[in-house]
Amino acid sequence: MATPAQEHSHAHDDHAHGADGHGAHDHGHHEMSFWSKYVFSTDHKVIGMQYMFTGLAMGIIGAFFSYVFRMQMAYPGHHVPFFGVVSAAEYNSLITNHGTIMIFWLAMPVLIAAFGNFLIPLMLGCDDMVFPRLNRLSYQIFLLSALVLIASWFVPGGGFGGAWTAYPPLSAKAQYNLTPMGSSLWVIAVALEFVAFLIGGINFVTTAMNSRAPGMRMFDIPMVVWMIVIASILFMASVGPLIAGAFMLLFDQTIGTGFYDPVRGGDPILWQHLFWFFGHPEVYVVLLPAVGIVAEIITVFSRKKMFAYKTVLYTAFGTGILSFFVWAHHQFIAGIDPRMANVFTATTVLISIPIAEMMFVFVATLYGGSIELTTPMLWALGFIAEFIIGGVTGIFLGSSGADIYFHDTYFVLAHFHYTFVPIAVIAVFAGITYWYPKMFGRMLNDTLGKIHYWGTIIAFNGIFIPLFLTGMGGDHRRIYNYDNFPELANDRLNHLREFATISLVVLIFFQFIFIVNFFWSLKNGKKAGNNPWNANTLEWVAPSPPPHGNFAELPNCYRGPYEYSHPDREQDFWPQNEPA
Amino acid sequence: MQKPIATTRSATTIPTGKLAVWWVLASEVVIFGGLLCSYIMHRLGHPEFGDYAAHTNVWLGGTNTFVLLTSSYFAVRAHFEAEHGRGANAAKWLYATVGGAVCFLVIKSFEWTHEIQAGLTITKNAFWSFYYVAAGLHGLHVIGGAIIMLVIASDAKKNKELHRVELIGIYWHFVDVVWIFLFPLLYIAK
Amino acid sequence: MGIEHYIEQASSYAADIDNLIWLVGVLVGFWFVLIEFVFFGLIVAYRRRPGVKAQYITGEEKHQKRWVGIPHELVLVCDVVIIIAAVRVWVDVKQTLPPAGETVRVIAQQWAWSFVHAGPDGKLDTADDIKTVDEMHVKVGTVYHFKLESRDVLHSFSVPVFRLKQDVIPGREITGWFKATKLGIHDIQCTEICGIGHGLMPARIVIQTKGEYDAWTAAQTATASR
Repeated sequence: MATPAQEHSHAHDDHAHGADGHGAHDHGHHEMSFWSKYVFSTDHKVIGMQYMFTGLAMGIIGAFFSYVFRMQMAYPGHHVPFFGVVSAAEYNSLITNHGTIMIFWLAMPVLIAAFGNFLIPLMLGCDDMVFPRLNRLSYQIFLLSALVLIASWFVPGGGFGGAWTAYPPLSAKAQYNLTPMGSSLWVIAVALEFVAFLIGGINFVTTAMNSRAPGMRMFDIPMVVWMIVIASILFMASVGPLIAGAFMLLFDQTIGTGFYDPVRGGDPILWQHLFWFFGHPEVYVVLLPAVGIVAEIITVFSRKKMFAYKTVLYTAFGTGILSFFVWAHHQFIAGIDPRMANVFTATTVLISIPIAEMMFVFVATLYGGSIELTTPMLWALGFIAEFIIGGVTGIFLGSSGADIYFHDTYFVLAHFHYTFVPIAVIAVFAGITYWYPKMFGRMLNDTLGKIHYWGTIIAFNGIFIPLFLTGMGGDHRRIYNYDNFPELANDRLNHLREFATISLVVLIFFQFIFIVNFFWSLKNGKKAGNNPWNANTLEWVAPSPPPHGNFAELPNCYRGPYEYSHPDREQDFWPQNEPA
Repeated sequence: MQKPIATTRSATTIPTGKLAVWWVLASEVVIFGGLLCSYIMHRLGHPEFGDYAAHTNVWLGGTNTFVLLTSSYFAVRAHFEAEHGRGANAAKWLYATVGGAVCFLVIKSFEWTHEIQAGLTITKNAFWSFYYVAAGLHGLHVIGGAIIMLVIASDAKKNKELHRVELIGIYWHFVDVVWIFLFPLLYIAK
Repeated sequence: MGIEHYIEQASSYAADIDNLIWLVGVLVGFWFVLIEFVFFGLIVAYRRRPGVKAQYITGEEKHQKRWVGIPHELVLVCDVVIIIAAVRVWVDVKQTLPPAGETVRVIAQQWAWSFVHAGPDGKLDTADDIKTVDEMHVKVGTVYHFKLESRDVLHSFSVPVFRLKQDVIPGREITGWFKATKLGIHDIQCTEICGIGHGLMPARIVIQTKGEYDAWTAAQTATASR
């Protein structure tokens, strides 16, 4: 392994070349065209940004879809501004693609690929990912997958409308779903996204295992890096059967095989098992990086060492492993052997334990701290407060006897939005507001940031608390008009649905504040300097923004990432790269 | 493009290329594992699969098993040559491995043509659907692996990137192992 | 604020399911309130004050770990209580099949429900069966077996007042049971997305006394035989 003295990165901010023989390399940085610098770059930071902007753009589309279908829920049959009147087929396609986009084209790319790509080499103190060209390939495949999904909405027949879960026989036969091309393009898009993340995972895992700064032991790795690595492994270990299943679905759709067709000896429930065997670990694939981001922010802004770092790590591993044994809680009443349900209710309720422990540990980290409520800290704390609601409401659904009533009602929907919105929205804003200075060299406007935060959090609760109630009241899912159901077509439920929709419109309105803040601050924000937050981890050693190669001289690591407020020190932080 | 320093570090003392190949293999194991488990579950629920499977050509399947095992042996020889810095020889053994792959694919296309002409197509019934999908997916991996092997061989001939000979060898053994599971499940278990 | 606030209980197991939900609600609610209280309390108690440094706590010492370890074990106890309660309800509703007083066939398709009731002879699958579309008639106080079938894709048979739900799978016949305990006419929903008409297949369940039901049967047969 190379010793520190021999390693100089290719940082060019002062055009000086190290006197170690790396000499005049023809990177041609100064002559790099727009295309090679921003479009075909192999630099992990550029690729991270590509994932981030693509993911956020797809998220905006997904949010627009939710606006349209919620307007239909509140005012059935009325013209929706910027869309038109929503037909039953369009409604199904909107909800299907909303869910599909938010999980695969917002949460995963931003949490794992954007933050993972940007942060991992910086936090580990190296100059790039181990396989930069493979990294670029993963983004290109990801972009292709997004374009295929978008194309699926514009083909004859329209976009797929069989829910993000795509259960056959509905999803397998055009005579049932009426979207022959849309269905197949949807499957292909999802399969391509899976391949992109399998390839991306190669870099996250090998870089984290091998390319750490000299002196950085396993337990000196920042929690967010661990979480992204564990998430990548979890993804890889769970997605394989679904990739096989997706091929089988595609063949059923296109060439007439009968893998899921009972008439031909196939089994629709096979798809459900393949889907949820992946689908349950998948929620932890997106949860863990979000938790990692929150961990970084809470320690910095409470100036406190993380409480029981090892425990957090073990609960992450434990959750990951247990997550393979709970999947059929999505299928309690699906027609599986009822005896199996008892096993899965036990495992499902018990998986609340490692996650509860993780939450307890974060709360314990606040004890004895010196807490500053900056905008990133507000988001991180908001994540914990809201995610706990998601977690506890899951227990109702994991209890098989109760799920008989709750399955496929809005109670389920409200539960998973109380987990997914913290993951895909709150933690994302936490990460962006925290690392924006490093990414762009400028500070975001804090007042706008706080207005954005409070507007978002309050509106978010305004959407989903009513939906818990409508779910308890019997509202079943994926229904575009409750007027047909006498027990549901009453004022009480109508008012709750309308309140939820208005809250969504308010939520969307507050996002414009963020967009304005983001772009305005790129040019006009206060200059950030290397370490505006006085944090310990290595990304704050590099300039803001880091140049190609990241560090003028690659750092060594002398301690763990959370040595805040050490009693023997005057300063309340102790950067990892500072010699003892 | 110059390799980043990140590529050359090795905190685990395992070279990064090898870690990457094991990751790829692990992903593939889960994909093929999922497919084969689905097949096995179907098989257990449908005893008539045994009758359908009786129409597979065990001789051709068996020959192909021998061909793949032999080609894996060639890949091992290639690795040995590469370890000793003899790139040109390593390339020759890699070409022999690719030859084995071609042989495998030729036999397979002969086998499938015969079966399709006899009306045993992918849509005939669930057994034949699994048969073509599983063997087809495996075949795609043979083709992909052979192409990558040719690229690595052309570098090896110039004594460049010799460490990659071992890596493609590991991948090739995996392709072999998948076949060793497929063969009994699809051909023999009657 | 429970479900009965929105939808009445009209089956023999509806109260059991609602009570299970209450139990979970109480246990989970306790922990929720506690942890949010502690969480917000700590934020207030340890907000930044000039000159006050944060404490250096590793969380690795036993006496520190206890603060997380003990709640964690108590959560485990609550979880076990919930699992046992859930399994008991589940076994009753989904694993046991009390002897049938009546049997009715429920057929789901894109996009309607059809029902086959035993006719006056009291036997299903005979010539005098009464077939209806989107309307199911049952006698109060009788144990019913329902036999679910689908003609095309997955559907799901849901009767909120019974708290009952069961997915319907093409190619299989799935049996379940219920016993209605209150008279009335209520919604039947399809609760598995089944295409563009998923929201267009409401049905109604008519829970009648034996007398009313027999009268209805007679009227159907009379009409049919004309």
